[in-house]
Amino acid sequence: MIELNLILIFMILAALVAVEIKDLLSSVVAVGAVGLGLSLAFLLLKAPDLAITQLVVEILCLIILIRATIKKDLPFSTSGRWLFNTISTLIFMAIFLFFAYFAIKDLPKMGEPLIKVSKFYLERGKDLTGATNLVSSVILDFRAYDTLGEATVLFTAVIGVLAVLRKVGKIH
Amino acid sequence: MIYFLCLILFSIGLYCVLRKRNLIKIIIGLGIMEYAVNLFFILVGYRLEGRSPIFAKEKIILSMVDPIPQALVLTAIVIGLAVTALIVAIAIRIYERYGTFDITQIRKLKG
Repeated sequence: MIELNLILIFMILAALVAVEIKDLLSSVVAVGAVGLGLSLAFLLLKAPDLAITQLVVEILCLIILIRATIKKDLPFSTSGRWLFNTISTLIFMAIFLFFAYFAIKDLPKMGEPLIKVSKFYLERGKDLTGATNLVSSVILDFRAYDTLGEATVLFTAVIGVLAVLRKVGKIH
Repeated sequence: MIYFLCLILFSIGLYCVLRKRNLIKIIIGLGIMEYAVNLFFILVGYRLEGRSPIFAKEKIILSMVDPIPQALVLTAIVIGLAVTALIVAIAIRIYERYGTFDITQIRKLKG
């Protein structure tokens, strides 16, 4: 468990750097560090499919964000009600963490999951689907409509990106 | 303890979304929040000394970690990529129109 804690602390530090650094490109690189740390954490939490997917998605995300930020830097501005904004944001975060502390107490303890629904999948999954990897048998057989919806969302987003970014048809 | 670290990561993303004025910083904050929530789901389904949910000979079935959060988070990661791509496209468009990523100046240049 100690290595997981270390990776989480590394992710928190990288997130702080990504939030506070002034250069946008460095910020994007720091958020890439958070994502790759998340991939390592998935590997330690025994989720190899997720680790692979997170790695690929993180690299694509970095490419997209670098496309948005390159040569488009702008100076950091702190005009306006700096004190009021910061204090209200910190109060909001404190309220969130306060309630989260009480919500965590009601969760099952770390390392002892409440396996009720997935007990059926664990026991009968191989006989019913023939797949040895349970994650793929869940996403492609038991909950295939979920995956269909995911593909729909993905293609809708692609159409949206093409519609927003196209050059032809602009009125000048 | 480890749940709480995960929630601190979430609140850093929340701070970034609420406090920063740069559109790219806001997108980064959304990404950090998404990572924290995904990690939280996997942490809830983790079993101590468990093994990954893949069948193998001469292993006990019930020592696996919970496969359902993993399947759902696999969907959520891909949808997060789609959402990020769409937001970045809109942000690039806003930059072309207004010449800035600062949300306070975008509000002033209405119309």
